Amino acid sequence: MSFEVFRDVAKPIIAGFGITSRRLLQQKEKRATIQYPEDRREQFTRTRWRHVLTRYDSGLERCIGCSLCAGACPARCIYVEAAENSDSDRRSPGERYAARYEINLLRCIFCGYCQEACPTGAIVLRKDFELANYDREDFLYTKEMLLEPIRE
Amino acid sequence: MSQWIEDIAKGKDAVLFGIHMYGPGVLALIKVLLLLIPALILVPGLIWWERRLLSWMQDRIGPNRTGTITVPDNFPIKGLRGKKQRTAGLLQPIADGLKLFLKEDITPASIDRKVYFLAPAIALFPAFAIGGTLPWGSAYLPFGDAVGGIYSLLTPVANVDIGILYVLAISSLGVYGVVLAGYSSNNKYSLMGGLRSSAQLISYELAMGTALASIVLASGSLRMTDMVRVQEQALWGVLPAVQNWFVLTPFGLVGAVIFLICMIAETNRAPFDLPEAENELIAGYHTEYSSMKFAVFFMGEYAAMFFFSGVFAAVFLGGYNLLPLNYEYLATHGWNFLGQDMGGFWRGMAWFNYWAGPAIFVGKCVVGITFFIWLRATLPRLRYDQLMGLGWKTLLPLGISNLIIVGLWIVATKLWGIGGGWAAWAAAAAVLVIIYLNIASLSKKDEMAFGGRSVEMKDPSPRRTVKMVDPNKV
Repeated sequence: MSFEVFRDVAKPIIAGFGITSRRLLQQKEKRATIQYPEDRREQFTRTRWRHVLTRYDSGLERCIGCSLCAGACPARCIYVEAAENSDSDRRSPGERYAARYEINLLRCIFCGYCQEACPTGAIVLRKDFELANYDREDFLYTKEMLLEPIRE
Repeated sequence: MSQWIEDIAKGKDAVLFGIHMYGPGVLALIKVLLLLIPALILVPGLIWWERRLLSWMQDRIGPNRTGTITVPDNFPIKGLRGKKQRTAGLLQPIADGLKLFLKEDITPASIDRKVYFLAPAIALFPAFAIGGTLPWGSAYLPFGDAVGGIYSLLTPVANVDIGILYVLAISSLGVYGVVLAGYSSNNKYSLMGGLRSSAQLISYELAMGTALASIVLASGSLRMTDMVRVQEQALWGVLPAVQNWFVLTPFGLVGAVIFLICMIAETNRAPFDLPEAENELIAGYHTEYSSMKFAVFFMGEYAAMFFFSGVFAAVFLGGYNLLPLNYEYLATHGWNFLGQDMGGFWRGMAWFNYWAGPAIFVGKCVVGITFFIWLRATLPRLRYDQLMGLGWKTLLPLGISNLIIVGLWIVATKLWGIGGGWAAWAAAAAVLVIIYLNIASLSKKDEMAFGGRSVEMKDPSPRRTVKMVDPNKV
């Protein structure tokens, strides 16, 4: 009986104290929590966050205004309005380009179907995850906000 | 200079503090304020300490942001502009407290109104009142048996003859706040919390009483100041250079372990926090309390922890003494170290020990609370039958046998001197252990202690591993 008291009560308690004290004395870097705004975790390669409309290396937009992304979207949060390209004002290599491209991020479920549907790889979901805002209107992302800046 | 300090200590310059001029009423008020104000200031600090320490033990960081002050850009001194002063989150409990006090106070409709409003006050009062008989400094001056000095005037608040009985009585009053809160809330979870609390406190008070009774027998006094004074004598009656802290004596060690466990149960802390078991009873007895009333319960819990640690320190850990060393003996019996006369050093240490008394005592209380937090981080909550089994089947018999052995030890010491006393103690302890083992051998084999259950993993499922292909080689 006294052996059982040691085995079932005293020993586990002492072992438990050992665990907590080792956690207390461990290096700061090993702690699970990070100091968020200053330190950030590296995100997984296939993280799906905010959409980005990409460009070709030449600076032309990839989006050809086909609205396949809007059709694939289960949340119906994408609105595309296409316009014809002309030789004097060429935005994309195809016949048409997206004159308006809007995503309502309040409705978006970040499923990535738009990315799958896109024939030119124009819309991709990238790692910008800090999307909080104060007004509902600010969640309506327009083409200007989504479009990748031209690389120099 | 040192002469002047000794004069103050001896009360010759008590005029300096003007204390002797006040009547007993004003003096009592000063004493109470000197006890309450530091305790009230310390409570937020303790909450911060608990949150940080618990975080570190759980692989987290804890609140470390609140209180970061950035000097504004229009500050007059140019060098300080834009500089950050971090306080490691020390203002977090203040912010929490402000939030609690400014929150909406929701009062449920079908409560027992008077009792509901009275319960937090009843819970808070005993928590602070426990500190009433604790000595925060030595009433006796070093080198001599004269009562005097500033601490004899200021502490304890009430040096009553029944000091330790007072502690037991007040600590058992604490259950009323919990029970009344649970009863008046008109909520079944609150009521169950209150019921559990009453059952738990009644069970553990007995064991706590036996643990303290053995110390009362050994010290020969119920007065807290005397109990600390007794611990300054020679260790085991043999070693005059070391103080006889009760935790260093065999019976005192047993008593200390029992008292420690009961102390945790009395303050409703983990692993004995059944009255407020979150995953069973929402928040237990304070489920229906919000804003300020909840804050009062919270504060009472921390104050109770603080003062119970103080009782433990005073009864078992030599009270306001930093180290278990008899400086007077060491100073007079000239311990020579490397040919140097150490008398002056030990003399200085004795005076330091005297003056730092309150700080040392508070330090011991904080160490006690650190232990509370460590326990909370380590141990899961007990099952209800385990709680009762531990209290009634283990701690109470242990405490009573300890009490009997202390009685035998005292009688034997009176009859046959110190050596005879310890021989009788060892014999009695051996007899008790043999009796215990005989009784224990009757119980069933292969059973875990305290009704513990173990689960055997017959066929542990293998850890799933994901087969990865190197993407560069495909």
